[in-house]
Amino acid sequence: MKMSEWTPNIVVFACNWCTYQGADLAGSLRYEYPPSINIIRVPCSGAIEPEYIVSALKNGADGVLVGGCHPGDCHYKEGNHKAVRRFNLLKRVLTGMGVEAARVRLEWISGSEGRRFAEVMTEFDRAIKEIGPNPIGRDGNA
Amino acid sequence: MLKLAYLLAGGCGGCDMAVVDLSETLVDVLPQLEVVFWAPTVADVKYKDLEAMPDQSVDVGLVSGMVRLSEQEHMTRVMRQKCKVLVAYGACAALGGIPGMANLHTKEEIFQTAYFDTFSTDNPDGVTPQTKCLVDGKYELTLPEFYGRVRPLHQVVDVDYFIGGCPPHHSFVGQAIVAILEGKLPPPGSWITGGKAVCDVCSRNPGQQGGERELITSVKRTVDGAPEEGKCLLQEGYICLGAVTQGDCGALCPKVNIPCRGCGGPIPGVKDFGLRAVSAIASSLADEELVDQIPSPVKLFYRYALPASMLGKKVK
Repeated sequence: MKMSEWTPNIVVFACNWCTYQGADLAGSLRYEYPPSINIIRVPCSGAIEPEYIVSALKNGADGVLVGGCHPGDCHYKEGNHKAVRRFNLLKRVLTGMGVEAARVRLEWISGSEGRRFAEVMTEFDRAIKEIGPNPIGRDGNA
Repeated sequence: MLKLAYLLAGGCGGCDMAVVDLSETLVDVLPQLEVVFWAPTVADVKYKDLEAMPDQSVDVGLVSGMVRLSEQEHMTRVMRQKCKVLVAYGACAALGGIPGMANLHTKEEIFQTAYFDTFSTDNPDGVTPQTKCLVDGKYELTLPEFYGRVRPLHQVVDVDYFIGGCPPHHSFVGQAIVAILEGKLPPPGSWITGGKAVCDVCSRNPGQQGGERELITSVKRTVDGAPEEGKCLLQEGYICLGAVTQGDCGALCPKVNIPCRGCGGPIPGVKDFGLRAVSAIASSLADEELVDQIPSPVKLFYRYALPASMLGKKVK
């Protein structure tokens, strides 16, 4: 496949209470964001185990974004506090394993931030296009 | 009479010693065991003798050590053919073990360090191991091929049971051997384990002392000071992986102030040891800043389990 034909495959784990509502709002308001974004609704960003992110990367995702509520706004009080710690530690492990840090991202997007949801997705899609296809599982890699 | 074969693949021999450490238990079970192959530790039987045995003629095969060389791969396949039940015995066979951390480097990098860069290396002709070489123009000598990555046993052949530990604690080895002798085994593909985490059997666990777990407020290396007696190592800031590690060892290391590093293997239900350890440790941190203070996270969380992890090796 030529690079010009390549469109990334991006997995977004969106928390039910904020980021997923933000995505809904983006839709209702007709904000556009790239078709490479595949949203998976989860109860809370704190429910995202590092295994989910690595599974996505291993199964063909070129980028993974975890979206949660802004700090202090978690529906379950501290789920997003756990999420940020796990995510940042996972990112250090992934970097050590040779995975580009920019392939994974954590963002706080609230239910009222429809525009921000569309902007973040557009920007992440552009960032992943710049890094290129995920090498995991290709060319004899991991 | 139960026929037993034991193969030392890529391991260090420590797992062999754990069997020998059974002492009286071993003496008790020996009359029921016929060791048909255990080179070089116990029986003077060669590879060719094992290869000549009929398929499925050995009741139980234990393999210790990971697979890095073509020789190890070949003998592991022979073991699978000859043994009715094959056990990945110890951290290396079950998870990749300490040598598995070599999966953070390519074969070329490893050769460069081992045969050129180390201080004690004197290699003016730039010789590296070759699989074949001709000596005096007529003697062909061979060496096994060094593969590009370390593999745990189950990535080479089907494995019936896994036993963790580096090495497995001898009292637990005794239980496992008795379970095998009595046929009291879990479904194939399982770990032979009590199923409890190291924390469950650790006397330092605040939960065992009627207290509660608190968040970690500092991160310390094992060389930083000395832990308070009887207090949870993790709560004092010594990153201990007991929460996600099988406790068939009886929490030996925490008992002597050494934090658990996960040699026992993942507790039941965990697919990727290191990632679950990341999850468990990170969510116990009181402060976000502490994440960056954890030293060498890959080698800490994947000390014994890198080749068996989802990524398996460093991505190029």
